[in-house]
Amino acid sequence: MSGTPRVAVLSGGMSLERDVSLRSGTRVTTALAEQGYDVERIDVDAGLVTTLERGGFDVAVLALHGAAGEDGTIQSVLELLHLPFTGSDVLASSLAWNKPIAQGLYARAGIAVPERITLSQQAFRELGASAVVDRIAPLLDTPLVVKPVTGGSSLGLSIVASAAELPGAIVGALSYADAVLVERFIAGTEVAVTVLGDRALPPVEISPKDGRYDFSARYTAGATEFHAPARLDPPVLAACEQVALDAGAAIGARHLWRADMIVDATGAPWLLEIDTCPGMTDTSLAPLAAEAAGLAFPDLCRTLVELALDRTA
Amino acid sequence: MRLDTDPYLSRYADRVTGLAASEIRALFSVAERPEIVSFAGGMPDLSVMDLDAVADLTASIIRDQGTVALQYGGGQGRPQMREALVDLMAYAGVPATADELVVTVGGQQALELIAKCFIDPGDVVIAEGPTYVGAVAAMNSHQADVRHVPMDGDGMRMDLLEDTLAQLAREGRRAKYVYTIPNHQNPGGVSLSEARRVRLAELAVEHDLLVIEDDAYGLLGFDGEVATSLRTLIPDRVVYLGTMSKTFSPGVRSGWIAAPTPVREKLVLLREAADLCPSNLTQLMIERWLTTQPWQEQVKRYRALYQHKAAVMLDALADEMPVEVDWTRPRGGFFVWLTVPTGIDTSALLAKAIGRRVAYVPGRGFYDDGSGGDQLRLCFSFPPTDRIREGVSRLAELLHDELGLLRAVYGDGAPELAGRRDEAGRS
Repeated sequence: MSGTPRVAVLSGGMSLERDVSLRSGTRVTTALAEQGYDVERIDVDAGLVTTLERGGFDVAVLALHGAAGEDGTIQSVLELLHLPFTGSDVLASSLAWNKPIAQGLYARAGIAVPERITLSQQAFRELGASAVVDRIAPLLDTPLVVKPVTGGSSLGLSIVASAAELPGAIVGALSYADAVLVERFIAGTEVAVTVLGDRALPPVEISPKDGRYDFSARYTAGATEFHAPARLDPPVLAACEQVALDAGAAIGARHLWRADMIVDATGAPWLLEIDTCPGMTDTSLAPLAAEAAGLAFPDLCRTLVELALDRTA
Repeated sequence: MRLDTDPYLSRYADRVTGLAASEIRALFSVAERPEIVSFAGGMPDLSVMDLDAVADLTASIIRDQGTVALQYGGGQGRPQMREALVDLMAYAGVPATADELVVTVGGQQALELIAKCFIDPGDVVIAEGPTYVGAVAAMNSHQADVRHVPMDGDGMRMDLLEDTLAQLAREGRRAKYVYTIPNHQNPGGVSLSEARRVRLAELAVEHDLLVIEDDAYGLLGFDGEVATSLRTLIPDRVVYLGTMSKTFSPGVRSGWIAAPTPVREKLVLLREAADLCPSNLTQLMIERWLTTQPWQEQVKRYRALYQHKAAVMLDALADEMPVEVDWTRPRGGFFVWLTVPTGIDTSALLAKAIGRRVAYVPGRGFYDDGSGGDQLRLCFSFPPTDRIREGVSRLAELLHDELGLLRAVYGDGAPELAGRRDEAGRS
């Protein structure tokens, strides 16, 4: 490569988070262009490999959310093309994408994760799992969090107050994935820690005005109040940062990831999940964390590109 | 440090607070991809439009009347345009004079202007349940309290409208207006029966009601028949809406309102505040279309096309849907309305549907009260017939699977999944 790197920003695609991804992609593309990169935004479709092969790109920036973009699929293709890309590799991406597997790895690494049960469609259809659904509530206690085992943006997530609501919530979550995760609800402060390179950015506290950080609270500007650093004691903030770093190490994440956690009343962080391709929209947490660290959005984007290029240098 | 994602938040008006990002809207960005058979958007099929004729008349407008076409116009709309619309209304059996008309930017502006004209925050409006999603949006943007009246195969149920009126009387309130789409309703796909039109007119007199008659689909009855308009029955109590979007083109963004004089005067002033005037260029296009072209033939082409497409969709539904699913049998318009068994949430199911490369509009958007979770709208007017068959097939397979899943997850506690095909709700 000589001179200005030519950057492909990959966004869109067929995932359920296409809209969010397009927003991320447009914003990243604009920021990189401002930084002087030769940048092109690509809506991912069946012509992607050809487009990338003919495009003469030096690096791909992934602004993809949801299946195919975050689960290792596109990462495999990019590795085959020998095109450096931002974010985690195939293995780390696919591990993080499957929440039950990732949580198992986090737990093995000594990180606190909520107690949980995973149930697949198959368990219901072929093994008669409905007969044991009523055992979940006594085991984990109510309220319970029900969510698809894959995917982001709170799609398909519900919080149920009683065992009676559980089957409906399970059916709803199964619209988004083939299996559901039923978790013990942890009351406390919602915190997201973004890691850039090997550095944890200031933990961001999430305080949705309607009480729930759902799709609307995530993507409506002003619907959620954010504080960075989170309004927690310094040792608790440090513990949150350590959880984010340890969890990333547990799955082998790189470049940029966001760890979502709840800090309970005792100040203990509980890790919910890691997002290996975090949102980059105007209301997304990773850019807010960068901003709190004094890193403007275009600088965040440039750092990402440099991280991806350094890897192969 | 507190991070503001919207530094303008404290400046917004109250009516803006409900406007938020929506998951369903985000999913539609996937539905627009060509891989997906979309029954979502209610679009006309312009493949049968005589584009050569439109090209010629548009070119001649610029040549002959270019300085008029590209200039500002009057707030009420061009008199010649309104004369042409009066002829169109006569064809639909609706009497009017050019002076009673206000030309609007599509039917949607008409809905917005009417809401703005009549609704203060908290005012009650009565509408069919389900009703047109754009009407809900217009009423919501003026903070209306929308009360829905259910329909059956003969349209809005008058006994339930009477119940609603009685309930309002008990609350010491009155509805600012009753909004109805009497012909080939969107999304219901049913029409108000002749007997109920008469009854609605009687109730309007009895209860001093103003009726908004949205006649978007009146000319699109498959049999070519036009029903008695409410405006014919109670002209002083009806504000009538028309649109060129279904019989000509939605791209010209042209609709109109026919209203009693005092209302019409207010509407013209409101519209001037909103956008000064309708486009002269598109008005001239419509004038020429309606005065120099065989537009009645175009209407017949649309009717025949939609009749065929509706038949394809209804046949496919009958062949493939689980017995637990019910739907309306439209005799005109663009839409079929499906009801699925309780326990299936059509909003959540849309994600799975998109995974199977088919899209629809979940029912909740057509209500202001959160109901409609077990309903969905299918548009048959736009997709080609082979795509209609394919899309219904995908959706039917999904619903079969979903019913199986529902039984598997609920076990013995499964919600009532008995057949619903014999219930009311279809014409």
